Amino acid sequence: MANIQSPVPGTFYHRPSPEDAAFKSPGDSVAVGDTIGLVEVMKSFIEVQAEEAGTFADYAVENEAAVSAGDVLATLK
Amino acid sequence: MSIQRLFIANRGEIAVRIVRAAQSLGIHTIQAHSEADADMLAVRMADEAVCIGPAQAAKSYLDVARVVQAANDAGADAVHPGYGFLAESPGFARAVEAAGMIFVGPSADTIERMGDKVSARQAAETAGVPVVAGSDGRIDDMEVAAKLADQIGYPVLIKASAGGGGRGIRIAQTPGDLAKLAPQARQEAQAAFGDGGIYIEKFIPQPRHIEVQIMGDGTDAIHCFERECSLQRRRQKVWEEAPAFDLPEPTREAMCASAVNLARAVGYRGAGTVEYLYDAASDEFYFIEMNTRIQVEHPVTEMVTGLDLVAMMIRVAGGEPLPVVQSDIHRKGHAIEVRLNAEDPLNKFMPFPGVVGTLDLPISDGIRVDHFLYEGYQIPPFYDSLIGKLIVHAGTREAAIDKMASALDAIQIGGLKTTIPLHKALAKSPDVRAGRVHTQWLEPWLDAGNLNSQTGGAS
Repeated sequence: MANIQSPVPGTFYHRPSPEDAAFKSPGDSVAVGDTIGLVEVMKSFIEVQAEEAGTFADYAVENEAAVSAGDVLATLK
Repeated sequence: MSIQRLFIANRGEIAVRIVRAAQSLGIHTIQAHSEADADMLAVRMADEAVCIGPAQAAKSYLDVARVVQAANDAGADAVHPGYGFLAESPGFARAVEAAGMIFVGPSADTIERMGDKVSARQAAETAGVPVVAGSDGRIDDMEVAAKLADQIGYPVLIKASAGGGGRGIRIAQTPGDLAKLAPQARQEAQAAFGDGGIYIEKFIPQPRHIEVQIMGDGTDAIHCFERECSLQRRRQKVWEEAPAFDLPEPTREAMCASAVNLARAVGYRGAGTVEYLYDAASDEFYFIEMNTRIQVEHPVTEMVTGLDLVAMMIRVAGGEPLPVVQSDIHRKGHAIEVRLNAEDPLNKFMPFPGVVGTLDLPISDGIRVDHFLYEGYQIPPFYDSLIGKLIVHAGTREAAIDKMASALDAIQIGGLKTTIPLHKALAKSPDVRAGRVHTQWLEPWLDAGNLNSQTGGAS
């Protein structure tokens, strides 16, 4: 079980754009450096990347939720 | 009908600026804010404040129905949109008027007309404002393209008509280049956009960005001279001046006169800016677009003219005729504004929405800081990174740069990373001092490592 945390405060997005599917779905394999979401901070989009490999469990916060730096965004199992 | 109760549908430093201007006119101010902005400075200063929704701008500051409803419920008789958000939305201007309130800005029709590239260019041409020579629409016949390029003069820019993001753009220096590159551009446009249509226009290498401030009352219009905004990063202005440097006087006069002609031709009401590309080599200027709102960099114009543009736009929105005539408006000295953003310029301009620590802002004659900061304030991460503007005014451009350098040394904004180091390095740059800059100058200068912990000083 590993947590992926937000590097910055902002708005968290599960998807690269509103029309696209989520970066990851439960059960997907995750490699180091895979992007699992985006945080919009002051109109910039920062990619949130996995720092360890595993299997995607789920997002820990809703799409478009307001997050603080250090908040858990997703979990791996 | 003069305005009694003004609803401010914006945030940040411009909301503070509008509250101040309105209060100086004796107007009751009602400040809109999102849930994330309940503690912002403009809320503390305004006579009343109203929450208009969640942090996300799309659900608050950009929600037309919600903003109009909130203004109406608060008994506002006018709405000031500031800049950004809904400031250039014709739908918003219409909705405000449909609800029986005054929109502080031009009519919805004018916003719509100037907001569309094609109709704005047509309006400019009709008013005699020079535009960049080019094909009026797409060209499919390469012989027509070659003839037109000969008329325009080389180099020419070849662009995909369906395009965007710089794809399909080529620069042809000669007719031979055009014959070779136009088919390539067509192919690339076809592959990228499913449409091989191209258009061509005159290529202006290393243009400067000069813009003219205008103000209208719906009938008459005046100009308040020009600003130079050539220092840009990612198309965002970074450092602005008034007046433009080394601009021949006849060119300045022609630029300002053409902006007034355009404003008069569209029956402009309120504050507006006509933006031009300026080709210093040929001493020619070309219309880019008109911004139908107050701009971030309006203070440099206020410093050199002594006018209060925000108060003036509120007065004309309330139905007053222009309170000044052209012959009353004079320029004095030179002003420079730098944008203070909560970003780390030494780390790829990464946003830095922290808590404001010790705040020490230089206060003296000819220095102005427009901002929305106070000690202990948490900068919300949801909006753009502009936290303030440092503006200086001195007798000459030389003296203004010196004054800016010492103001940058004196200013302290604790707790945050800001763009102060960038401006310190710019103030030391020989190119900036000599005016050897243009819109393509700043990014290569940064890429070449000219900003570092030494040139940027301590942040």
